[in-house]
Amino acid sequence: MSILVNKDTKVICQGFTGSQATLHCSQAIEYGTSIIGGVTPGKGGESHLDLPVFNSTKEAQQELEIDATIIFVPAKFCKDSVQEAIDAEIPLIICITEGIPTLDMMKLKQNADSAGCRIIGPNCPGVITPDQCKLGIMPGYIHKPGKIGIVSRSGTLTYEAVDQTTQAGLGQSSCVGIGGDPIPGSSFIDILQLFEEDSETEGIVMVGEIGGTAEEEAAEFIQSNVSKPVVAYIAGVSAPPGKRMGHAGAIIAGGKGTAEDKFLALEKAGVHTTRSPAKIGEEISKLV
Amino acid sequence: MNIHEYQSKQIFKEYGLPVPNFLTANTTEEVLASAKEISDTNWVVKAQVHAGGRGKAGGVKVTDNLKEVEEFADKWINNKLVTYQTDDQGQPVSCILVEECTEIKKEFYLGAVIDRSTRSLAVMASPEGGMDIEKVAEDHPEKIFKVFLNSPSVGNEDHLPLAEGLELSEEQTKEFKDIFRNLVKLFFEKDLSLVEINPLVLNGSDNLVCLDGKINIDSNALFRQDEILELRDISQEEEKELRASEWDLNYVSLEGNIGCLVNGAGLAMATMDIIKLAGGEPANFLDVGGAVDEKRVAEAFKIILEDENVKAILVNIFGGIVRCDVVADGIISAVEGVGVDVPVVVRLKGNNSEIAKEMLGKTNLNIIAASELSEAAERAAEIVK
Repeated sequence: MSILVNKDTKVICQGFTGSQATLHCSQAIEYGTSIIGGVTPGKGGESHLDLPVFNSTKEAQQELEIDATIIFVPAKFCKDSVQEAIDAEIPLIICITEGIPTLDMMKLKQNADSAGCRIIGPNCPGVITPDQCKLGIMPGYIHKPGKIGIVSRSGTLTYEAVDQTTQAGLGQSSCVGIGGDPIPGSSFIDILQLFEEDSETEGIVMVGEIGGTAEEEAAEFIQSNVSKPVVAYIAGVSAPPGKRMGHAGAIIAGGKGTAEDKFLALEKAGVHTTRSPAKIGEEISKLV
Repeated sequence: MNIHEYQSKQIFKEYGLPVPNFLTANTTEEVLASAKEISDTNWVVKAQVHAGGRGKAGGVKVTDNLKEVEEFADKWINNKLVTYQTDDQGQPVSCILVEECTEIKKEFYLGAVIDRSTRSLAVMASPEGGMDIEKVAEDHPEKIFKVFLNSPSVGNEDHLPLAEGLELSEEQTKEFKDIFRNLVKLFFEKDLSLVEINPLVLNGSDNLVCLDGKINIDSNALFRQDEILELRDISQEEEKELRASEWDLNYVSLEGNIGCLVNGAGLAMATMDIIKLAGGEPANFLDVGGAVDEKRVAEAFKIILEDENVKAILVNIFGGIVRCDVVADGIISAVEGVGVDVPVVVRLKGNNSEIAKEMLGKTNLNIIAASELSEAAERAAEIVK
């Protein structure tokens, strides 16, 4: 088992013929991901990476059975692409794009919820189930099939956690980057729930960061709904207030969203925390 | 993105929100001329900077003496205003807002912000206007009233919980309804991330007036907000952060002495944190992003080194898809090209990291190669001790 994606997941890519999409889809195919086609408006009927290209997601859907879409469309046009995927009722929409306006995301999240679609991201590295399906920009080789579920707001910091769990010999069931924006398509809670239900996941690593209250909400959820051991790390203890730290959502505003508050909420909920980003693997090893 | 108070008030006016009569001026002569045009008897003059706390810092004056208006203009134009929200250098003043005086019977707070946990727009009001709203939220949360909206379409009664919270009369509630509706419209149309009217006041003739205005715009939406983009005042932005952004680098300066150069925002914060755990103090946050090429690494080194406090630099790159030997090559060339004169601890993780480590070790530059993150942080902390 795994969560969200596996070897049978049939995927299309929106923004397929762009340079980033081409690079990452090539790697995904090499990894064994079942990419079955792509969408680039105006290039319908062409072939790219030996796969069919369609003008729209709707057209693709008429020809193909689609489980998931991965979106590399530039931020300016990304709202329309995500909406197209929602209209086509693709169950899993993974949006890698960084820079989508927050109000667009507010609307898209509402629409996705009412259509029963799940969005992962935006501004995220994607989702991977080791040796089965890689839908994102993460380096495949650091992952190993195993028993730890990883959920994170970050990109390279997620790779750090992945690498540590691989080094510890635990491996990963699935890894999900929920992204660094103020309104993510999926929250920590959504993904924690899936890991809790997944029989292969024996422990969970949660990587948060400053800004918002998603970690505090996750802490409450874990306390009453998660039986598996969770190790949490929150980035940004040393971040100053009022400054955006790279990610659109990583800002301490009005005294709210500090790493310290998040650590305390998690600890109060019985979650194991580590103050060192280098000790994530070590800590989860002790618990599973 | 932030804009000035006078720009916020101009936008308020466009959206039918009531503001006092005002003019702006950039010289003492203009300030005096504006003052004479606005009123014969009394004035409010306000220094325009991107920071709160201006009142306590002397950046706002209410007076009935034209001489004092002149002195105020002389004092602040081309000077810097230091408030509790600025750094100790302060923010440069090049514009003065000259406004008619408003008689204040009551002061309220009205604001709107995206509420992340409900994924909606939270419109907030409080009878404790003119105060630091964060302090009110902490000490008297019951005095803050909130309405949550999912879209720009405002219902006929959506404003009522706030109007009741402010204990407005029937007539004032009618005025408030328009203010509420227009504020929401403004928020959605201009892609704001925050708007605050603090205070919203009840004036001498019992009408509501927006006495101050603060607007932040979602930077991600600037591609479709040309008019807003024209309001940008780069003199209010930190010079190094500005230059970094021109190279697509995310830079924030901090107080410590260990410079950081990292790929990815989360990892960059984690690197700062682990430096602190090792007993050091980070001098900055710097995310070079996905493309770790020589040119941008060189620019990053230059920006970090402008900070005279920097006594060592920690480079932490998780190679991912890029090979570490390629990254190492870029770092070595950049250290050499820029003439970095402090020790550089480099930790590269990912494909070919062993080859990269060997390459870094072989140069006769002041580069220290480390394998693990904690080791790298400890080395950097030792150097600056």
